Amino acid sequence: MSYPSEVVEVSELCKTYRVHRRPPGVWAALRSVMVRKTEAVQAVAGLSFRIAAGERVGFLGPNGAGKTTTLKILSGLLHPTSGTVQVGGFVPFARDPGFLKQITLVMGQKQQLLWDLPPSETYAMNRAIYEVPKAQADDTIRELTALLDVGDLIQKPTRQLSLGERMKCELIAALLHRPRVLFLDEPTIGLDVSMQAKMREFIRTYNEKYGAAVILTSHYMDDVTALCPRVIVIDHGKLIYDGDLKALVRRVRPDKRLTLRLSGPVDRAVLEKLGTVVTHDQGQSVLSVAPALLNATVQGALSTLPVADLSVEDPPLEEVMRELFRGTAVGRQPAAGDAA
Amino acid sequence: MSVAPLAPRRDVDGGAETFWRALRRAGRAYPTLLRVGLSEVVAYRAEFIVWILTTNMPFVMLGIWHAVAAEGTVGRFGRADFVAYYLGGWTIRLVTSTWLVWELSMEIRGGTLSTRLLRPLHPLFTLAAQHMAALPMRILVVTPVVAAMFLLAGDKLAVRDPRVLAVFLVSLVGAWFLIFFTMVFLGSMAFFVESAIGIFEMWLGLHAILSGYLVPLELLPRWVARIARLSPFDSMLAFPLETLTGKRDLHAALASLGVQWLYLAVMAVAGLTVWRRGVRRYVAFGG
Repeated sequence: MSYPSEVVEVSELCKTYRVHRRPPGVWAALRSVMVRKTEAVQAVAGLSFRIAAGERVGFLGPNGAGKTTTLKILSGLLHPTSGTVQVGGFVPFARDPGFLKQITLVMGQKQQLLWDLPPSETYAMNRAIYEVPKAQADDTIRELTALLDVGDLIQKPTRQLSLGERMKCELIAALLHRPRVLFLDEPTIGLDVSMQAKMREFIRTYNEKYGAAVILTSHYMDDVTALCPRVIVIDHGKLIYDGDLKALVRRVRPDKRLTLRLSGPVDRAVLEKLGTVVTHDQGQSVLSVAPALLNATVQGALSTLPVADLSVEDPPLEEVMRELFRGTAVGRQPAAGDAA
Repeated sequence: MSVAPLAPRRDVDGGAETFWRALRRAGRAYPTLLRVGLSEVVAYRAEFIVWILTTNMPFVMLGIWHAVAAEGTVGRFGRADFVAYYLGGWTIRLVTSTWLVWELSMEIRGGTLSTRLLRPLHPLFTLAAQHMAALPMRILVVTPVVAAMFLLAGDKLAVRDPRVLAVFLVSLVGAWFLIFFTMVFLGSMAFFVESAIGIFEMWLGLHAILSGYLVPLELLPRWVARIARLSPFDSMLAFPLETLTGKRDLHAALASLGVQWLYLAVMAVAGLTVWRRGVRRYVAFGG
């Protein structure tokens, strides 16, 4: 199947849940038997964006921003309240088998592997359900097990695998049918740092090899920084930024981070003359410096301080997000001009 | 940049392909689904055996009625009739029952139904395969009881007549599907209420009385028996059981078979309707 260049198209998407609310206490519990008060909670409020084939997009926002709801709508699990959604030319919530064969949704906290059977049994089941030819499925399993360094773990009962091993096996199950659109919701949650790095590398390799679009949500900003040139940021279900990640960082936190590894003790007061001190530990200090002053600050540091090593970086994405959601930087206005 | 034209908007769950095409695709997947399902049943064998042990009510009832019949026949039932009835009833129930309502209710509440909904095969096909896969293990368990039934009350069984045997076997298939779709109907209530288990417990109580599971229908008060025979519970157990034990002659059994498959059609439509409406409301919380 040839894919349109834009595989995801969302226009004015809204999703409202009806939620039952009652105050605590026995009397309220009894009253709720007779009178159930519900209220509408708008999880997604007029979201619009497009994603092209092969793009890797980070989908960011604080808890409750509407990220997971949007991913569930895009993967066909939820019906939108209003607006239009197309993924690969399909209306997701119709859940046409042709659509479901082209997508996958990986949720870090949920699993599809059969608990008491080895992952290979889940793969056999998925192969049958997705109608993947045996030779292709064997090839894919061989390739993915090698990429993820899984070895013969796929023959061990799932319940005996560690979290990291299970996540790798989950990814293989999710990609066995070689989907063209990957919805990844916290795919590295709970994994250690090296396993997170391995997962990122794997996702990038899959994206580059198969030209698959990747839409990723993660609270680990390292995932987003490493994988996603473009980010879509939402808050309270509304788009507040859609565009280049570096541009967002420049816009929200234009200052650079100057990290100095020092070979001798330096007084904090001396560092404060060079820039805003972010951290000052034994042997290492981090300064926040305006871009215009960067050259002068570096020269000053090298000439006046016992510098063993020096590096210049953008501020961490976590800080950018904190700043963004405080509403002090770009505010809550859509930044359409930045759209990739 | 071009965007593909809108696919036809289909508001019904899984309505994008025809039923027959879906059935053909399911048929191709079934050998693997059944094999994997059987592996799961084997993995859960301890839990399975414990569940079997909890279905001992027919044996308790058999003990009671067997003692009562020592004083003389009860209606058309002598001691051997009770043996055939309760061992047959236990066997039929074990072969035709499913626990789907528990699964559906938990998966809908916990959001784990999402995994099934994301696969390109209707979840009811995969659920049916999972439950059909348990049949070989169940048949293995009931075999000694069936042997004991033939040994102790073989002359009370009507299935020596191949025509009755044929009706009986078809009635088992009908009962399995009727119970399956009833479970789909009840389980899908979890889309609308907090849990379908309470509704299921009510259903279970009615089933125990009106299906002849606890007491043969003809030994119930006449008005209760009349209601029971008109209800779908008759088709779930009493009809196959009375056909097996010769309490329903071939003519009556054929009529009951028609009624059973009519109920099956009605229940399938009702179950699928509630399912489809429910899926539209599904919120996938926690999953």
